[in-house]
Amino acid sequence: MTTATNGVNVQALLEAREVLKGAPEAAQFTWRAAAKWQSGVHSEIKVQSFFGLGQEQSHKQEWTFQADHPEVFAAEDDGITPIEYLLVGLASCLTGGIASVAENRGIQLRSVESVVEGSHDIRGILGADSDVRNGYNDIKVTFNIDADASKEDIQALVAQSTKRSAVYDALTNPTNVTVEVA
Amino acid sequence: MSGQSTETVTTVVIGAGHAGLAASHFLSARSVDHVVLERGEVANSWRRERWDSLRLLTPNWQSRLPGLRYEGPDPDGYMTVPEVTEFIERFAKVSRAPVRTGTTVTSVRPADDGYSDGYQVTTDQGELRCRTVVIASGACNQPSVPPLKGAVPESIAQLTPFGYRDPAALPDGGVLVVGASATGVQLAAELRRSGRPVILSVGEHVRLPRTYRGRDVLWWMDASGVWDQRYDEVDDLTRARRLPSPQLVGTPGRTTLDLNSLTALGVELVGRLAAVRDGRALFSGGLRNVFSLADLKMNRLLDTFDEWAVTGGRAGGFDAPERFAPTRVPESARLQLDLGSGEIAAIVWATGFRPDYSWLDVPVVDAKGQLRHTGGVVESPGLYALGLPVLRKRKSTFIYGIEDDAREVIDHLTGYLSAGSPAGG
Repeated sequence: MTTATNGVNVQALLEAREVLKGAPEAAQFTWRAAAKWQSGVHSEIKVQSFFGLGQEQSHKQEWTFQADHPEVFAAEDDGITPIEYLLVGLASCLTGGIASVAENRGIQLRSVESVVEGSHDIRGILGADSDVRNGYNDIKVTFNIDADASKEDIQALVAQSTKRSAVYDALTNPTNVTVEVA
Repeated sequence: MSGQSTETVTTVVIGAGHAGLAASHFLSARSVDHVVLERGEVANSWRRERWDSLRLLTPNWQSRLPGLRYEGPDPDGYMTVPEVTEFIERFAKVSRAPVRTGTTVTSVRPADDGYSDGYQVTTDQGELRCRTVVIASGACNQPSVPPLKGAVPESIAQLTPFGYRDPAALPDGGVLVVGASATGVQLAAELRRSGRPVILSVGEHVRLPRTYRGRDVLWWMDASGVWDQRYDEVDDLTRARRLPSPQLVGTPGRTTLDLNSLTALGVELVGRLAAVRDGRALFSGGLRNVFSLADLKMNRLLDTFDEWAVTGGRAGGFDAPERFAPTRVPESARLQLDLGSGEIAAIVWATGFRPDYSWLDVPVVDAKGQLRHTGGVVESPGLYALGLPVLRKRKSTFIYGIEDDAREVIDHLTGYLSAGSPAGG
């Protein structure tokens, strides 16, 4: 019996799961971001439209993001570093997943906080050492969760959310990426 | 062969393994005339599709068929493959099953003679016409190997458990074992003990200790009622039916074969094999989470056992509750392996098995190649299944579960026969 009220409409998600089981074509989504160079290493990224459930969809509004590099990179720091956006994505994906799984399991959350740290050897992107990779070497997420549940149940909540996380999957498994000039 | 007349029989059972023979046992008891068609010999896949060191995961006392129990000196031991073969053969003899060996079914289709229900069964030995069919051809007819197999360089030998007999069959050098179910952990341990470097690619898995509080873990599964959970009580039945086999091995020493013991043997653990790209195997960086999931699930199961031990008023009869060390995460699990470097000479695909229904010309197989059935009652009237994972209960996955399943499924079948033909209904 679900009594938790974490504000996730789990019923709708469960119903969608049943419907999409028999309609895999409707489950095909395309997410988009449109970026525009500003100056220096500063770019502005806008996100609004996406495709899913067989048709074009739209967020309620257009969201705008700034990406730049900090002053220690000799940049203007007009936004966060692109690789930090990966941490933003991972933290928000896992957190949303935790709320959903908790709702489904009848666990009332009081607070969910996390710190995500990615260790990065920048000699890779600087070309200073060709044996060093460009991306993160390790990412560590630490959750602090206050909820009506045992420590084991909270651990299971986090593990299940991780298992179902799109961003976690995208970071831990290889993905084919095509970059071309139109 | 052409020119042969069609034989008529009430029920055709396909497969003379433990499931088909159990079906035959109950059909005989209810005086339903039937034949059991077997492509090879009785217990054929046990004779031809198992590696040499394999033993059953269930202890001997659980190796039970209708009317036949283990009566040897070692009830807590585990049968070797020749012993299982002999056991099933004995069952065929004792139950006087009407088995036709060397008879391969090439097609089962709805009878189209227009006046009644039933099925037409074509074999390489002739045609049969029947009212009901019991599919007991097994869940593991083919090794299931991911398509990325095709991207592996030709210099690497590739084997499945069907082709593997013992370590000597592999070329010299390191081995990548893909998959950490019972098959994968057993083969990884055996290959490592043969002196080879072994890398084990681990995805989601089921961790179990061999013994818990002094008893076999499968004793607990049975006694605590976990195994009696019915298919319609299981939370996510699709998942339960697809679950990899637990990390268990049957050895005289009743030892646990989990990932920690493999690490202690010197097996290197890596994440799930996600891709082969430019001659490199790429592994998932999610190893820690699959460890957490398996450890948490095991502990939850052990909690269930402990609660049962108390509420059953039997807490005095067991050793003290215990918890096992969490799965040790490698300092730095590698994310890729150069398949051209010579580090490994072979890949063993322990990535599961799938049934083969290519001969079944009735639209009852889903997009994933699994039979659509409700507790062994297939969607097409008169068609039944036995011997599939979690068919009617959790224990259906094991030989131990066949007695209840076969009795209940054959009950349904005889009810269907006595209800008469639904023609015109």
